Amino acid sequence: MKITLRVNGTDHVREVEPRLLLSDFLRHEIGLTGTHVGCEHGVCGACTILWDGEPARACLAFAVQAEGHEIRTVESLSPGPGRLDALQQAFQDSHALQCGYCTPGILMTLTAFLAENPHPDEAAVREALSGNLCRCTGYQHIVDAVLRVAAA
Amino acid sequence: MKPAAFDWHAPTLLAEALALKAGHGEAARFLAGGQSLVPAMNFRVAQPAVLIDLNRVAVLDHLGFEEDGTLAIGALCRYRRLERDAEVARRLPLLAEALAEVAHPQIRTRGTLGGNLCHADPASEMPAVMLALEARLVLRRAGGIRQVAAAEFFLGPLATALAEDEMLAEIRIPPLPPGSGTAFLEVARRRGDYAMMGVAVVLRRGPDGRCDLARIALCSAGPTPMAAPRAAAALLGQALEPAAFAAAAALAVQEIAPMGSVQASPAYQRHLAGVLLPRALARAAERAA
Amino acid sequence: MTSFGRPLTRNEDPRLLRGEALFVDDVELPGLLHAAFLRSPHAHARLLAIDTAAARARPGVVAVVTAADLGEYWQPGPLLVPPPPVPGMEFHQRCQVPLVRDKARHVGEPVAMVLAESRYLAEDAVADILVDWESLPAVGDLEAALAADAPLVHDDLTSNVAARVHQARGDYAAAARAAHLVLKRRFTYDRGASIPMETRGIVADWDRRADRLTVWDTTQAPVVIRNGLAAMLGLSERQVRVVAPNIGGGFGPKMMMFYPEEVLVPWAALRLGRPVKWIEDRLEHFFATTHERSQIHDAEIALDAQGKILGVRDVFLHDTGAYDPYGLTVPLNSQCTLLGCYVVPAYDSAFTAVFTNRTLVTPYRGAGRQHGVFVMERLLDLAARALGIDRAEIRRRNFIPADAFPFDQGVIYQDFSRLSYDSGDYEPILDKALAAIGYDDFLARVQPTARAEGRALGIGLVCYVEGTGIGPYEGARVQVQGSGKVSLATGIGSQGQGHATAFAQVVAEQIGVDIRDVEVVTGDTDQFQWGVGTFASRGAVVAGSAAHEAAKVVRAKILRTAAAHFECAEADLVLADGAVTVAGTDRRIALGALAGLANPMRGAVTPGTEPGLEATRYFGPASGATASGVHAMILEIDRATLRPTILDYVVVHDCGTVINPLILAGQIHGGVAQGIGNAFFEKLAWDSEGQLLNASLADYLIPTALDVPRMRLEHTVTPSPLNPLGVKGAGEAGAIPVGALFAQAIEDALGLPARDIEIREMPLSPSRLWEITEGG
Ligand SMILES: Cc1cc2nc3c(=O)[nH]c(=O)nc-3n(C[C@H](O)[C@@H](O)[C@@H](O)COP(=O)(O)OP(=O)(O)OC[C@H]3O[C@@H](n4cnc5c(N)ncnc54)[C@H](O)[C@@H]3O)c2cc1C
Ligand code: FES
Ligand code: FES
Repeated sequence: MKITLRVNGTDHVREVEPRLLLSDFLRHEIGLTGTHVGCEHGVCGACTILWDGEPARACLAFAVQAEGHEIRTVESLSPGPGRLDALQQAFQDSHALQCGYCTPGILMTLTAFLAENPHPDEAAVREALSGNLCRCTGYQHIVDAVLRVAAA
Repeated sequence: MKPAAFDWHAPTLLAEALALKAGHGEAARFLAGGQSLVPAMNFRVAQPAVLIDLNRVAVLDHLGFEEDGTLAIGALCRYRRLERDAEVARRLPLLAEALAEVAHPQIRTRGTLGGNLCHADPASEMPAVMLALEARLVLRRAGGIRQVAAAEFFLGPLATALAEDEMLAEIRIPPLPPGSGTAFLEVARRRGDYAMMGVAVVLRRGPDGRCDLARIALCSAGPTPMAAPRAAAALLGQALEPAAFAAAAALAVQEIAPMGSVQASPAYQRHLAGVLLPRALARAAERAA
Repeated sequence: MTSFGRPLTRNEDPRLLRGEALFVDDVELPGLLHAAFLRSPHAHARLLAIDTAAARARPGVVAVVTAADLGEYWQPGPLLVPPPPVPGMEFHQRCQVPLVRDKARHVGEPVAMVLAESRYLAEDAVADILVDWESLPAVGDLEAALAADAPLVHDDLTSNVAARVHQARGDYAAAARAAHLVLKRRFTYDRGASIPMETRGIVADWDRRADRLTVWDTTQAPVVIRNGLAAMLGLSERQVRVVAPNIGGGFGPKMMMFYPEEVLVPWAALRLGRPVKWIEDRLEHFFATTHERSQIHDAEIALDAQGKILGVRDVFLHDTGAYDPYGLTVPLNSQCTLLGCYVVPAYDSAFTAVFTNRTLVTPYRGAGRQHGVFVMERLLDLAARALGIDRAEIRRRNFIPADAFPFDQGVIYQDFSRLSYDSGDYEPILDKALAAIGYDDFLARVQPTARAEGRALGIGLVCYVEGTGIGPYEGARVQVQGSGKVSLATGIGSQGQGHATAFAQVVAEQIGVDIRDVEVVTGDTDQFQWGVGTFASRGAVVAGSAAHEAAKVVRAKILRTAAAHFECAEADLVLADGAVTVAGTDRRIALGALAGLANPMRGAVTPGTEPGLEATRYFGPASGATASGVHAMILEIDRATLRPTILDYVVVHDCGTVINPLILAGQIHGGVAQGIGNAFFEKLAWDSEGQLLNASLADYLIPTALDVPRMRLEHTVTPSPLNPLGVKGAGEAGAIPVGALFAQAIEDALGLPARDIEIREMPLSPSRLWEITEGG
């Protein structure tokens, strides 16, 4: 069926099967490969996007369901070509990523979290991160990056 | 892990949704937040031929207290809306306390209480909370409506009293008896995991200072959410003190039938019930007026 | 300003942060076909018949491939690591097959490959395939697998023994006779999985016109894959390009090769003349990507009255899974690493590797070292208790003295050389760790106070060594480009360890450019032809050293070319900030311009001149560099629920010279997190039929941000004499000692020694701990 999805402020019209997962739509239909897929059962968080501003798993929704909603992916964070937003910059400065596979999902979770809690303490940051798995970093530098942004 | 093909219907009217279900029967599943159904479809353990997506049925997405203090929760009301509602937190703190243990914010953005109850996972927190709150569930079918008590809704692991053509439309939670205190406690392996054991309790101190109301429900304690009526009854007329809590816990441990999981042996689950119940009862007693 | 040794942020980050970096599943090609696999549902079953007609007939399906369709191409995979030259050893090589032909030997073994227009369709068709199986009894338990009447994983063998290796030096029997104390215990370590956030994947594209095959693969060893694929497919190596782009974590299992899918997907692309993609899903990952860790040790330690080790004897079983292409790397690591930081005058160790009906076992971060450390450190804990010696003290008494290096351990290591520690100094590490964690104060004051309040606090302290940076070799090519930027190419893949930055620092140090101007290419066989791979914590050591050597040559070329240009002595030149300057003058030439001079387009050059400011060098260490460290931890445990909370965690580590402390810290943090998972969360659970019971991330639990504590890191430095940089690897150090640490700290917190309860197994869980401590 034909759908129009609004992603990062742009409308995308595609012919899709109802069963196409939103994560596959973003990655393979419209080429936004920044959203990653690590489990397809909602646990790892790599596919986290913003759904009307709230963090949600792209692997647990069908693309057809996103019609009429505002979807935001990691590609929308950068303030301009080649630039990083404050959170992304803090990630680089704190060495908060290694392989970087979990990173887009974590950035989306944290973008929503910081909008609601601009000055969290470490415990709150860890709690907020607990729905995203990272296998490389042991999380410490990610926590540091968030605290860096929170302090700014 | 890609879902099998299905026909997708996204009605906007309740009647349409019910008619679709009546027409397709067992071949069709309702889709609410998708946080249990879609993973099951991705694993292909669920392969419904028809999905009736409820997300556009606006009338199902309501939340509010009625005049008599009953909280009416539309089947499509998201966890997120529930947990952010200050009035819910004030009047039904048990609900808010337990919600925080359910999954993660990213899941609660889309997940619904209604879908969670229909999924009927015995390890899930909310079904036990519904028992403790004596919730009533409004079930609709094309041209029909009935209410069942939460205690009658859950029949077994992933099995409910819903008939083939029925939908859960609304969850109705009566007001807590004035003066009662509640508590929810669980032990999970990690934050956001299903509990290895969870307990929900409601207590009230009578005019004579002794317990005159007690309800105990547990999750991960059997094939359905489990009530512990004998343990609750044993508290009645007792002073709300550690000895009574321990005695009640000892009874509750006999009433449950934990099934064990990869994470916890049945013996350990039973042990946890014995640990958590006195803690939860003490906390509820503290909170009771 | 020199960049070497500084905590510089990474070159690779901006693209990853913007979601612009290429991972294998990001590769899109016109006409792409998608593969899905039918996998064995049985742990052990004979394949009687297979009917693919319905699958082939499904619209959108292009091909269905079974073992029979492969013809001559059907070959068991190559043996990656031959057995070690240990006298008297026995080794049976049985390598994995591309598709099951006669019988399946583990759940998830591929049986048929479907190629279709989408992954969705391919999975539909997999469900259409009908297979007649004759289910056979499966072996999982290591001891049961060795019973005389056990079902055989490989019918042509007389037992399930995959290998037997015995290494000994000194006279253990005599040591035991002379000992004041001999302790004998059984220790077990169960299976876990590496679970990188990115699963495996492969895309293959046969370009008919260019006559070339391009393969994008989530491998840690692209060059080896290219060479192997070329050989298997009958192509020349020139015709095959393997790219390991950004890899979403590997931790060892992406070093395994050839996975069946790696053999089949390129073949299908060639056959069908269309590009093919296969991305492992998480469910497949639990069965199809290699595991690690099951071992059972019966170990014995002999000590004198002062707690000095006289000897250790260890007999252990190692689960190798259904096949053993990775040889004996893991059990050899266990065998060798057991010796740890200690002088062990007599050592007698024998292991039996056992075939089971389970997924293959190949190295995963730590690669068997955990087991050795667990056994030795537990034995020392128990000995300390029996002898009334403090835990730290018994370790100190047995340390290899600082003046004893290089120290020959007299056994054969995984690189087949004699295990010899290049350098080290263990007491300062221990002292730092004790001070940092507040060991004395904890025992004297903190713990008793907490106990009085009813809280169960415990401390743990574990020492370990890590053999790192083994051979054979890696290479690097450094080139100054016309733009003035410097490129560095090596053959290893990268899984997120920050090679693009660490290597850039090594090169920038020599060539005097900003690290942002060093472009590092790893993992593309068109960019560099030779190499082995990222494993055994060897990237920084071996490829880093090669980069250093190549950069040194380029530096010399730069100075020579500039001296000719300025007609001055090389000694008068300053190479810095991307240019060469004649000291004390304003005569200056940018590196880019100099590169142009080094590549004249007309005229003649002196015979023998090599064009360009470029050099390629290879580095192969004689043997591995031995890193070492101490982890210390304070944890609190809820006596009733048995859930632990880590209150403090200290790592003191010596990995020689540090290239980038920020990256090093990240490596250690990540290792500790995996160690915590391995110690307390992660355990693959099987039923008696060999079915995996927790094949999802909801049931196989990897630690979250709330399960990993803040870690405090300190370092000591004993440079390695075996490489020009003095570095030792650090990739696995974080993960190795954590199991032993948990066991010790939990025993301490719960006062288990007083109750005569010992923790002798890994991984733990609250439920298991309850069984051990309360459940009888
Ligand atoms: C990572 C992760 C962690 C989780 N952790 C927890 C946890 O700790 N505790 C916990 O309790 N749960 C947990 N969950 C599950 C979650 O709570 C879901 O059970 C919940 O979101 C289901 O609601 P839904 O709206 O998403 O339902 P859906 O997935 O849409 O539907 C669930 C089932 O209910 C049926 N259904 C839905 N609505 C109706 C209706 N109105 N009438 C009749 N049938 C209906 C569907 O057909 C389906 O069978 C977790 C899920 C994930 C992905
Ligand atoms: S891919 Fe969606 S949560 Fe893992
Ligand atoms: S950086 Fe690799 S998974 Fe997080």
